[in-house]
Order: sequence, then C-alpha cells, then structure tokens
Amino acid sequence: MNSLTGYLLLSALLFSIGLAGALTRRNAILVLIGIELMLNAANLNFIAFWRYGPNPSALTGIMFAIFSISVAAAEAAVGLGIILAVYRHAKTTDLDQMNSMKG
Amino acid sequence: MTASFLILAALTIAGTAAAMSLRNLIHCVLALTLGFLGLAMLYLQLGAQFVGFTQILVYIGAVAILAVFAIMMTQSAGPHAQPALSSFWITGCLVAGTVFVVLAWAICSGSASAPTPPQPGVSVNQIGDALMHQFALPLEIMGLLLTAALIGAVILAMPEKKGEQ
Repeated sequence: MNSLTGYLLLSALLFSIGLAGALTRRNAILVLIGIELMLNAANLNFIAFWRYGPNPSALTGIMFAIFSISVAAAEAAVGLGIILAVYRHAKTTDLDQMNSMKG
Repeated sequence: MTASFLILAALTIAGTAAAMSLRNLIHCVLALTLGFLGLAMLYLQLGAQFVGFTQILVYIGAVAILAVFAIMMTQSAGPHAQPALSSFWITGCLVAGTVFVVLAWAICSGSASAPTPPQPGVSVNQIGDALMHQFALPLEIMGLLLTAALIGAVILAMPEKKGEQ
C-alpha cells in the first residue's frame, strides 16, 4: 500500500462522510456543509494525483484545486442565501417540514 | 504511509465525522473547522503550500463563519426536541457505506506500485505566473463567477418588498 492509495482511501472516506451527512441530517445548513465536504474530498484527490503523478511541474492539479475552492466558496454563499430566503417563508430549516415548493 | 499522515488523517476524519453527527449545530461547525484544518495540513504535507493556506483562509475564515452566521440567523442553535436525523437515515447511511466500499474496492484493485517521485518545489511565484499567462482566461471567468455569486447572494438574502397592494 503506497502513499497515493492512502490519500485516495482517505478521500473516499471523506466523501462518504459528506454523503452520509447530506442524506441523513434534517437541518438544511448541515446538508450544505456535507456537500462542501464532498467537494473537499475531490480537492484532496486533485492534490494527491498532482503530487504522485508523472509530471508534477505542470501545476495542473494545484490550479484545479484553487478554482474548485473558489467555486465552493461561491456555492456556499449562494446556498446560505437561499436557506435564509427559504427560512423567511417557511420559518424553519428542517428539511422534513419543507415539503412544499409553493410559498 | 508515515505517522504524520496517519495522525492528520485521523484528525480530519474525526473532525468531519463529529461535524456530521453532533446534535448542537454550533458544535458541528467547530468540529468542521478542525476537519478543514486537518485537510489544510494534509495539503501542506503534500507540498501544495498555497492550496493549504488558501484552504485555511477560505474554508475556516469564510465558509465556517458564514455557516455560523446562518445558524444564528435561523435560530436553530438552541436545544431541539426533534431528532437531528431525518426519517430515512438508515437508507442514507447504507447508500454512503456502499459508495465507500465501491470506491475503496476500486482504489485497492487498481493501484499500481509506481515509484514515489521527489517532492516538487512549487513557489507562489510560479503559481502567479501560471495564473497570469496559462490560466488567464479561467481566472477572469472565476472573477466573473464570484461577482455574480456575490450579487446573487445579496439579492437572495435581501428582505422582500411587501408585494403589490
């Protein structure tokens, strides 16, 4: 078991934890955080493949990770804005009670 | 597979698992910052210093603080009578476990034993140079996306007008 396998296994575990959180939690903010965790697992894969790949001087993995972090930040801002807007209508962030799309 | 990797991996997994399983939402976000910090340390260990410090600045400094503000503004930080997990949590855990087993099987069966290359030395200078020349167009598009997301988030969170009367 070499180092790359360890990083990939850690990333898979991180992805599964994020997926489990996004699927099972009732609070909408924690679901969003679970999605962020899945994005982080992908970032770890980018960096690990860049480090142990055949051509680390090309910087492609680092660039992918930087752009991915930027997109994740934009996604978090918009997602939390949507959650606040939904909370103003429904007065709850409980996903089990948000079962209607009509405000 | 060094000791530092194992310690950082344990820190990351413990932080994220606590973030996804604790009941108090503020505690969840605090545990999440621990997980993000472990991930940033892993990036540093892999030789990607810029990405590691970006991770600390963006995730711990911005995303976690934003989540704390959202939790306080939606008043969901207090004690709850309802359970923290949704009604179909067993199915969700089963799906996540299946995904992990499939991913781990694919990783373990497909990994070739390539020799570890030497640690690449990447300076911020090189990254800035690449961003200004090779990746100039993606950088511009990213600036546009961030501006649009900023304006969109402000418009979404603004209080609505009273409607037509």
